[in-house]
Amino acid sequence: MRNNETLVQIVRFLTLVMAQVFILNQINFLGYINPYLYPLFILVFPLTGNKSLLILLSFVLGLTIDMFSDSGGVHAAACVFIAWIRPFVLKYSFGVSYELNTLKISTAPLSKQLVYIFSMVFFHHLVLFSMEIFNASHILLILKSTLFSGIFSVVLMVCTILLFSRKNQ
Amino acid sequence: MQQIIFFFLRNKNFLLFALLFVVSFMLTVNSHSYHKSKMVTSANFFSGGIYAMKSSVTDYFDLKEQNSILTEENERLRNLITNMTSAPLDSVQVDSNYNFTAAMVINNNYSRSKNNLTINKGRNDSLAVDMGVVSSQGVVGIVNSISEKYATVQSLLNTNSQVVAKFKKSNHFGTLKWDAVAPNRVQLTEIPRIAPVAIGDTIVTDGKSTIFPPGIHIGTIQDFERNPNEDYYTINVQLFTDMTSVKHIYVISHRDAQEIKNLQDTIENAQ
Repeated sequence: MRNNETLVQIVRFLTLVMAQVFILNQINFLGYINPYLYPLFILVFPLTGNKSLLILLSFVLGLTIDMFSDSGGVHAAACVFIAWIRPFVLKYSFGVSYELNTLKISTAPLSKQLVYIFSMVFFHHLVLFSMEIFNASHILLILKSTLFSGIFSVVLMVCTILLFSRKNQ
Repeated sequence: MQQIIFFFLRNKNFLLFALLFVVSFMLTVNSHSYHKSKMVTSANFFSGGIYAMKSSVTDYFDLKEQNSILTEENERLRNLITNMTSAPLDSVQVDSNYNFTAAMVINNNYSRSKNNLTINKGRNDSLAVDMGVVSSQGVVGIVNSISEKYATVQSLLNTNSQVVAKFKKSNHFGTLKWDAVAPNRVQLTEIPRIAPVAIGDTIVTDGKSTIFPPGIHIGTIQDFERNPNEDYYTINVQLFTDMTSVKHIYVISHRDAQEIKNLQDTIENAQ
């Protein structure tokens, strides 16, 4: 059972990286809008899992994406950041059921799931684009990219979760 | 002592986060400065190999378009050759300092503010960092990191890029930069007010550096403006190269690049 869970994580990691590098990075909608699906790995990481391990894995995930897109360490930074704030966002979006360890994301109300996904994607994209553009005078461009890419990412993530969620729960 | 250990144990997640964040931040800063070799690039054997595999499939998608671009270039070169052979031959051999190596783009991006291309030639094909890259239509960028079989090219569409460019009709030169807005438009800055500027003027490379030979086409002037109290024009240049579909490119090496660079370095060190 435990091995099975590890295997699922590995497959998810590889699939998300491949999908991001080969499909989503090539979209360039309206010239600059690319959805980012790979943070889904961090979002759906087991809630009871080791937090330090998640931070390390996020770093590796981000660095892999960075390697493929020649972007230095921007994805790694964004991933590490959302992996670290994940407990706080979980507490904030799901409230007391997270603290009591009784939470299952897929059975939580849709509105709470959306708040969770939205906040995580927002923080990820904000760090990502701030680091990538790295210029305070382009703050509008940063916010614009965050907003438009963010909407695309959220829609894509929700679709992916709906597609791959197990029905028998 | 125990207190310190407890402190580390309690905050181990934050400390791990802080450490990794600082590492990624340094990688980012490192990639933003132009002249440092990058540590994490797609030119390594792993990602380069995967991109080469991807490109062997996706190359077929725009084969027609790329063929017509190459045919156009052949036509232009054939015209040049015909005109050359009809001219009287000189007994003095013209020896070019520049050497062209053909290569293929295996990964391209143009939607970020710092764009890079990955190409399928590397150190084994005697490429080196700081060589110029052109397509059949015009300038593409400059090689910025390299491995045995692959190299990455800092595209003109990169806010770090600075390429010296001049007017074809006069010798006024300025620096080409990109404002990260449109993938077919770059900005020519530092053109003095004394220079005659008109919409439609052709911008070419300068040839003062060893990166590009003089006279390689870059683009045409789309519009320009100058504040009355400033001495320099800001000019929008429409690129000749379609950066969104560039495929066949040439890497330009200068035979004496190293020698010239060493010479310039000794002057700078002496000062």
